Formats: sequence, C-alpha cells, structure tokens
Amino acid sequence: MPETVTVRVQRQDQRGGRPYTQEFRLPYKPRMNVISVLQDIACEPRTASGEDTTPVAWDCACLEEVCGACSMVINGKVRQACTALVDNLLKEQPVIDLRPMTKFPVIRDLVVDRSRMFEALKQVKAWIPVDTYGDVGEGPMIAPEQADSRYPKSRCMTCGCCLEVCPQVNEHSDFIGPQAIAQAVLFNEHPTGAMTAATRLEALMGPGGISDCGNSQNCVKACPKEVPLTEAIAIAGRATTWHAIKRWFTK
Amino acid sequence: MSQRVVVIGGGLAGLAASMKLAEEGIAVDLVSMVPVKRSHSVCAQGGINSTNKFTRAQGDSEQKHFDDTVYGGEFLNNQPMVKEMAYWAPKVVNLLERIGVPFNRSDEGNLAVRRFGGTLYKRTVYAGASTGQQLLYGLDEQVRRFEAEGRISKYEFWEFLGPILDDQGTCRGAVVQDMFSLELKALKADAVVMATGGCGLIYGKSTMSMVCTGGANARAYKAGAFYANGEFIQVHPSAIPGQDKLRLISEGARGEGGRVWVPREPGDTRHPGQIPEGERYYFLEERYPEYGNLVPRDIATREIFAICKSGRSVDPDTYCVYLDLTEKATKIKRQVLEHKLGNILEIYEKFVGVDPLDEPMKIFPAVHYSMGGLWVDYVKDTRTGGLVAGEPANQRTNIPGLYAIGECDYQFHGANRLGANSLLSCIFSGLFVAPGIKSWLKNMTGTAAADQPASLYEGALARHRDAYKALINSDGDENPYKLHRELGELMTRNCTVVRDNGELRETVSQLGELAERATRLKMTDKGNWTNQNLSFTRAVVDMVDLARVIAAGALARDECRGAHYKPEFEIPAPTATDKDELERKADQWCQRYYKQNQEWLKTTRASYTGDGPQLSYEPVDAAEIPPRPRTYGIVGAEIIERVWRERYLAKAETLGHEAELSASAGT
Repeated sequence: MPETVTVRVQRQDQRGGRPYTQEFRLPYKPRMNVISVLQDIACEPRTASGEDTTPVAWDCACLEEVCGACSMVINGKVRQACTALVDNLLKEQPVIDLRPMTKFPVIRDLVVDRSRMFEALKQVKAWIPVDTYGDVGEGPMIAPEQADSRYPKSRCMTCGCCLEVCPQVNEHSDFIGPQAIAQAVLFNEHPTGAMTAATRLEALMGPGGISDCGNSQNCVKACPKEVPLTEAIAIAGRATTWHAIKRWFTK
Repeated sequence: MSQRVVVIGGGLAGLAASMKLAEEGIAVDLVSMVPVKRSHSVCAQGGINSTNKFTRAQGDSEQKHFDDTVYGGEFLNNQPMVKEMAYWAPKVVNLLERIGVPFNRSDEGNLAVRRFGGTLYKRTVYAGASTGQQLLYGLDEQVRRFEAEGRISKYEFWEFLGPILDDQGTCRGAVVQDMFSLELKALKADAVVMATGGCGLIYGKSTMSMVCTGGANARAYKAGAFYANGEFIQVHPSAIPGQDKLRLISEGARGEGGRVWVPREPGDTRHPGQIPEGERYYFLEERYPEYGNLVPRDIATREIFAICKSGRSVDPDTYCVYLDLTEKATKIKRQVLEHKLGNILEIYEKFVGVDPLDEPMKIFPAVHYSMGGLWVDYVKDTRTGGLVAGEPANQRTNIPGLYAIGECDYQFHGANRLGANSLLSCIFSGLFVAPGIKSWLKNMTGTAAADQPASLYEGALARHRDAYKALINSDGDENPYKLHRELGELMTRNCTVVRDNGELRETVSQLGELAERATRLKMTDKGNWTNQNLSFTRAVVDMVDLARVIAAGALARDECRGAHYKPEFEIPAPTATDKDELERKADQWCQRYYKQNQEWLKTTRASYTGDGPQLSYEPVDAAEIPPRPRTYGIVGAEIIERVWRERYLAKAETLGHEAELSASAGT
C-alpha cells in the first residue's frame, strides 16, 4: 500500500473564471474514495508544495450512487466520485486527476450547473398528469414485464454523464440529450402517461429533439446506472416517426 | 393579499406537502440545499408499508399495522398519530401507484410484496432495492408539474438559516441563503414547514447523506421550538464501512430470505464458504423462532453486538457478522434476488469488490435514523382514535405557524422505527399537514405575512447577515472538520447501542467543552462565492447543540426502551428450574416493567438555553393499545407474556390515558 495519494485538481474560482491546476498529497487510508480524498483536502487545504489554499468545492449528497450529485471527470473518464475507489484509480495512473464536467458551466472548482437537465424534464413533461391527489382508489394494473421495462429507465439520477460524453451535446447545438429522451419514454410506457404520449413526442420532434441524436452510443456506455438509453432513443425515434406520419394524415 | 407557504427541504415529506398545498391552490416556495431530486430520501431501499390485499387475505388489517408500529416503538408513540397513518397507508400507496412509481409487480399485475422487520405480514411494497429513489422521483415529478405551471417556486441550493418570528412569537417567514452567491433573502410566509430530515452527521459517519446534519432542525430549536425524544437514535444492523460514510444494506435483503450468522465456535477464522451448515450459528433464527432474521432493528443490532462481544465477530477490527444471500443458505435462485435486490447487490460489489450472491456479505451496525425531532402537536378524534383532519394544530411545533413533518419531527415511531415505515410517515405527514395549513391560512386573524411591517424582515436579515459575516471572518484556533470528527467519535462511542450513565455524564460535559470550542472556529475560505466551508462550519455548531439534546435525554432516561438501552436498568430475564419460583420471578419481572412504564412512558421535550438543553416531559397517549412486554417471542419469554396477560394487562390499560385525558380537556 502506498503511504500517500497524489491528486491533481482542476480548479476555477468563479463562473467564467480561468481554470488552474493544484496538486495535493494526502496520507493514504484503506477504502478511500474520491469523496474521502476531497474531505481530507477540505479538512486541511494545503497544496503538495505546502501552500495554504481554499478547500476544493464539489457537489455530493448520498455517497452511494443513487443521488447523481457527484459526477466529475476522474482520470479522464466521467463518473461518480463516490464509487471511484482510490485503489482502482491508482491502477489506472499514479496521480489521480479530477476535473469538472465540460458540458455544463462551471460554478466553482468541480461544481457545475446542471439546471438544463431539470429544464429538459419540464420540456418533455416527465410526469403522470393525475386528476387528483385525493383518495380515488388503486392505480392501473401493470404487467410485470412492463414494470421491468420502466424500472431501469426510472433509475436515471440526472447525473449528467450521458450528456458529458455525447458528441451532439456541445456549444453549437440545442440537443436535449439522452436523459430527457429516456424519461419521455418512461412516462409514455405507463398506461396513464400513454394518454398524453403525443405531447411528449412533440416535445422531442422540434429543434434540439431526437433527430439531433448522432447515434454514437457513448451515452449508454457512460451511464453509471445502466439506463437503457440507446434503446429508449430507438423507441422514441420510432414513435416520433409514426406520430409525424399520423399527424400528416390527419391534418 | 396573497398567502404563501415556505417548505424547507425537498425529500419525500417536503415534496408531498408541496404538491398537496399546490393542489389546494396555495402558493409554495420550496427551499432545499440540494436539487430536491438529490434529497436523502433517495437512499431508502427496501420499501413502504401498508396493509394490502395479500395480507388482508391472511387476516391482516390497518389495526394490526398500527399495533406492530407501537409495539415496535415500545409504546412511546402517540397512538392517534400512528393509527391515522396506518389507516392512510393503503391510500398513500394507491396514490404512489397512480403517479407512476415503478413498483415490482406480481404475476397477475398486483403490487409485489415482501416482509420487513417487526411484522409477520408481507406488508411492504417496493421498487427493486431503490424504493426511496423511486418514490422521491415520483413526487419530484409532480412538484415539477406545478413548477412548470408557476404554482411552486423552487429555491434549490438555498440554505435555511432560521425562522422569522414576530413580536407575538408567530412564524412569519424564513431567512434563507443562496449557497453560490451567499445572498440572503427573507421569504415571507404565512406558514413555514420544516421537512429537513435526520441528523446522522452528528455521529460523524452514518448511513445518511452529507446534508443530514440536523442543522435546520437545530436552527428551529434554537429559535424556541421544542425538540422531542432526541435520545432515540436508530442504529441499523446492516451497513458496510467506508472512509466517507457507512453504506446501508437494506433490511429487504433479510425480507427476501437473507440469513444472519456467525461461526458457532468463537475465533473460527475459516472462509465462510468452508464452514459447514452445522457449524454456523443463525443466532436470530434460533433465539427468535417466530420473527427470525426480521426482529426489529434495535433488537437485531443489540444481538449482533452481544454475539460479537462473545468473540464471534467475523472481522478482527469491528463488530461484523455475515448476511448471507447465497443460494446455498437461502435456497433462492440467483436471478430472483438479482431482480428484487439489484441495487444493493451492486452497491456491495462496487464498494467491497465481492458479489454477495457468491459469498456472504460482512455487515456491521451503523447510525441510521432519528426517531426524535421537532416536537409537533396533533388533534385527536376521540370517536375514531385517529386524528381530526384539517386541524391547524396537526404537525405544528410549539411556534404558531411553524410546522414539522417527516424524519425531522418526533412522531410516529416512538422508541424504535420499523423498517419501511419511514417512507410512509414522510409521505403521510406531508400530505396530512396540507389541509391543516389551509385552515390555518383561511382562519388567520390579523395581517398576513405580505402585510407585515418591512422592519420585521429587514431586522431578521440584518441579524443573519451579521452572524454569517462574523462566522466567515472568524479566525479561531479550532478546525471545524477536526472538531466534527471528534464530535462524531464521542457520540458514536457513548450515545449509540449500549449506554452507560457514567459515560453519558462525561459526554455531556465534553459536549459543553465542544460547544465552547465551536465558538472559536477557523475558516479556511473567506470568499463570498460557493463557500462550502461556511455552510459546513455553521452546521458543526448546530450539530454540537443537537448532540447535547441527545446526550442529555439519554442520561436522564433511566430505563431500557427500544433503541435506548442502558444495561444498568435492564430487567433481568426470569430464570429458575422450579416452576413456582419461575412464576414468581416472572411476576417480579412484570411488576418492574409495569413500574418502568409508570415512570418512563413519557416524551422527552428539550428546550434550548445557552447552557445546554432544559428537559421536561409530557405523557404519551397509549390509550388504545395498552403497553405490553416487548419480547418478540424470544425463547424463554413465554411465561412473561402469560403472566402479563393474566395479571397486568388490565392495569396497564390506564398507563397511557393521562395524555388522552389532557388532550380531551383541551390543554
């Protein structure tokens, strides 16, 4: 076991600020992950060359890969900081490299602004429009196969990894990204959600919609929760095509 | 005059309250330190309880769910709250089903069910092993729907600093701070709802998320709200250790057939796969033949402690036992468990590097849930034994206009919470608080918050601005992160599973010192942009204040009840070879248990003073289900149950009536 762990962090003091790099050296502890590394830096923020600095800002909450907060680019690969174990990272390269995601504006250090993903959920109306929260009895019966098809899509934690790796998500494009498309499909697959499927499909048919997907299939490989993103995009692609034809004929 | 409600916290309780208030046509400002979709409710794994068609066919009823919950909480729960919740549970699950939560399904398309701790019925519905996440997303989606319509405004990455009280002590709003720009805002509100969860970070590492400091709860407490039953902290029997947090392995693992065991011989260091069936000690199954691996959490945790103390821990450094999901132990096929428990299998494999379907998991107890919390009121319906819906006093703290729901309140779970009841209590209290607030707004006398003098809000802003500026510039000699670690170690050592008055006295005095040291903290970041150092340091001070409530409550309570276990006051189990002698000892046992209830069947209520908490007590309403010995059918306790039934049960019926009498007298 090594005695110390060296970590290189890309920092940025404010929105639009100039990024710079700092290196930290910390005592190694068993079962360390990137979160505990950042906690140790926060406790005594001093660079490897011995200068006092401010603690590195980063986003986290659950630390067990269900909340989606702690996405960052670690050793060049976007992933969750909580499940990024130091022992494994050191096998990849001797100095651990931490950077913020690049497809979202940096707020500070490793904290980025992912509000576009939550806005996208509004755009595709990712909810079941129930009549009332009052006591009006049970929901629809659902076949186990259908529940099993929806559950994996419903595990999407809005972490942003799929947008980070998608070549179509960039400064010159309005592409909504894989996450929102999969969520539209999730609600269209529900018996009640299906009644309003057309509004979700139409949201995916405009500029920045599903036709902007370049089919690189990076998203599904990067997703930490194995959400079947490409499958959902294919379903949405077929459904929007049919919807367009239907709309054309009924005009 | 437009009326508004501020909800602090966007976990299950806060979201449920927001959507219900919005449906009632009330404008809501929803404040959260994290995007609400990342709230700690995501971590709940196993499921949510309600009487369902399968259990009903076996003779279950809401009344039995009610009984299981108060028996599990060792009768410290106010029964009208629990009764109302249990009778609402099926309706809550119906709603969740309707809003599209992807619950697991039976072959016929019904909701699939599993068994959880402290019950003999399969009352728990679930969505894989990430039920909390799925429920949270369901409610989050409903709130987003109202947000898109402009009926709910979200303040995400905003932190609650304190309630705003007018001269009469009524809550008129809240001061909140943008965690990026550090801008302060005084949100005017005709009611403020605290939905701010638990306080596990007081213990340093726990199963809770990084935002669960209890900071917001402490700020309400320091503004004058009572904090009740703080000493009741649940230690979950099964977690995996980490440097940054302790990760939960759901009780659902046992609900699906997982078995807890240790080598029968102390000091047996063989690999678990090499220990034959006959040399394994399935201690929960042997000692509790009826409930087996699904005894309530406090009991499972104490049993694990005891077995490890006897030299059978399967890890040399900690108190660790096996939780076995392998086909060899469970006789359940791999694919079945993968389907039902996928999420936790994944967590274990990612963090430990071993597939739990190949090899038994090593699990150990970890701080998990706060039964205690902000004191809240209720109005009992004397006809049904439940609550009167739409009463403004339901879920209200002792500060008019300030409400508390979910884990941050103290109701529902008594001295120990049953698994899969927390998701229920969060959503139930969130939905139930709304009609009461609606009545409060409708019948408000005097002016609404919108018409309060500007000076009220300006004054509050100025106070909080001064306080945060002072903190950000503080340059003391204490490192807040190190102080937090010290606090966590102290509390974990002395305020968890086994408690001792000598150690607690020492803890109370050390916490006093920590409180003093927490006035001399050093900030390493003095900037005004996304200063996480500020938010954390502020929470450290609050954590010390709440820790003092926990420790003082634990020191004062000289008994064993649920999660609060003091061996010094344990009533020793009756043993004798002679039948009459055994009968006599069982009677003595019952007599002591009866006396203990006479003395301690009461709620601890702490109020804040600069020198630490001041404790007072109030009676518990246990009028409908009289207290009884909480044995869970442990081998050898049959005689206690019989003697209690024959000679003490009738007498016990008067134990929980005092609260009922005072409630109906209108006090």
